[in-house]
Amino acid sequence: MPVTFSSREIKAENQRCSRGVSVAIENVSIAFGERTVLENFDVEIPAGEFVAIVGRSGCGKSTLLRSVAGLETPQAGTISVGKVAGHEKPDVRVMFQDSRLLPWRRVLPNVMLGLEPALIAQAQKVLAQVGLAERANDWPATLSGGQRQRVALARALVHDPNLLLLDEPLGSLDALTRIEMQQLIEDIWRSRGFTAMLVTHDVAEALSLADRVILIEGGRVALDEVVNIPRPRTRGSARFAALEERVLGRVLQRRPAVEDQW
Amino acid sequence: MNQDQKSAMKTQLQRGNLAKRALPWVVPILLLIVWQWASSAGVLPSRFLPSPRAVVHSFIELSASGELWTHVRVSTLRALSGFVVGGGLGLLLGLLTGSLRWAETLLDTTIQMGRNIPPLALIPLVILWFGIDESAKLFLVSLGVFFPVYINTFHGIRSVDRGLLEMGRTYGLSGWSLYREIILPGALPSILVGVRFSLGLMWVILIVAETISARSGIGYMTMNAREFMQTDVMVVGILLYAILGKLADLLAKGLERYWLRWNPAYETAR
Repeated sequence: MPVTFSSREIKAENQRCSRGVSVAIENVSIAFGERTVLENFDVEIPAGEFVAIVGRSGCGKSTLLRSVAGLETPQAGTISVGKVAGHEKPDVRVMFQDSRLLPWRRVLPNVMLGLEPALIAQAQKVLAQVGLAERANDWPATLSGGQRQRVALARALVHDPNLLLLDEPLGSLDALTRIEMQQLIEDIWRSRGFTAMLVTHDVAEALSLADRVILIEGGRVALDEVVNIPRPRTRGSARFAALEERVLGRVLQRRPAVEDQW
Repeated sequence: MNQDQKSAMKTQLQRGNLAKRALPWVVPILLLIVWQWASSAGVLPSRFLPSPRAVVHSFIELSASGELWTHVRVSTLRALSGFVVGGGLGLLLGLLTGSLRWAETLLDTTIQMGRNIPPLALIPLVILWFGIDESAKLFLVSLGVFFPVYINTFHGIRSVDRGLLEMGRTYGLSGWSLYREIILPGALPSILVGVRFSLGLMWVILIVAETISARSGIGYMTMNAREFMQTDVMVVGILLYAILGKLADLLAKGLERYWLRWNPAYETAR
């Protein structure tokens, strides 16, 4: 479901391109009881960057994202989300793995959660942007998984966030819907210019969306790789495949030499 | 009669949809037919059970004289006021203990102990306290209705999806807005289960209370009829309870269908 923007819309959106804020994670340590999840974790994210955070299950990537969102409090260290000109407090939104739509609100009222009623036109516009304008009056229960995530995306976008945190939002979708959603997220990110942090276990997803991929291992940054592939990216390209192999190899901790012996 | 049934069955089979709708009524109608036959054949003496025809006759007579409606009104009023008082208290306390930890610690143990006393076991004490006044019935019904509403409200609040609460907070909801948008609607399915359960219980308790001590109401009418061996009036009273119980259930179902129309488990037209 590629989203098309008219040229006028793109122009209007481009004027807001400086919406992103920087994120500084310094010396952050988080532990749940005995188990240390993150230890002296340091990452700087410049404004407007799309960062993907990958790692095995339980490596602390979701915890990192949740602490940036303020849903977890680190035992040590600081997380600061930069200020934007003219705004007191940067707007941070989270998209979860499950859509977390309120089942008792129809689609449009879900998008308008926490929004002033007067901004209904704005909500309708964003809903149209994710391609669900005609489902505005339906119950979430009647939507497919992919459609629900699109509503959740619209709900986050309607606040015009400075920082969008994506906690494996496409993890439970089928392969085709996932690629559609990746395109949608990329298009909207490019037109709006917010800072994005995507947590995913799918290396190919990370590489097709992000400017930079960070691998977390043992509570620290194990790999911090800039993705130098021009957009729009094609998964089949040699550069893409080589990079994917490298990151995946690092995640699985196998050295190329060992693999050659097989 | 056999012939009739056979032909009826045949048309039912031909129209599958009609058969499906008629099927639940086959057994009750059959029972009614057997009952009427047993009465008119003299197998069933009318001092044990009147014939269906006599019941219908007595129903018409009682409703024409207005006596029936007086009793129905009195009983319904008692049932509903007990439901409002007991259910309202149950809802309020359930919301309180469900939402606030200290309220749960303070009250829940006491309420759980009280729950194990059947309200009807209190009848001797209640008669002692209130006589056979209206307040006795109100007290018993309220008490009985209180617990199902309380327990299901408490449980409903506690089982609200944590993920939705977290999401709501990231969207700036807190305090009353979080309560209104997420906690209350999330607890509503469970609360309505409690309401439905207590609407059933409401009639059961009222029947017993009215049968034991009352000067009006359906239970009184039924007990009074026993003195004069008017089995037809007794059956009318019993059937009235069945109808009123069913109406209360339909009301609860209607509320569920309206309030929970977002929930695919309560399928209705969108």
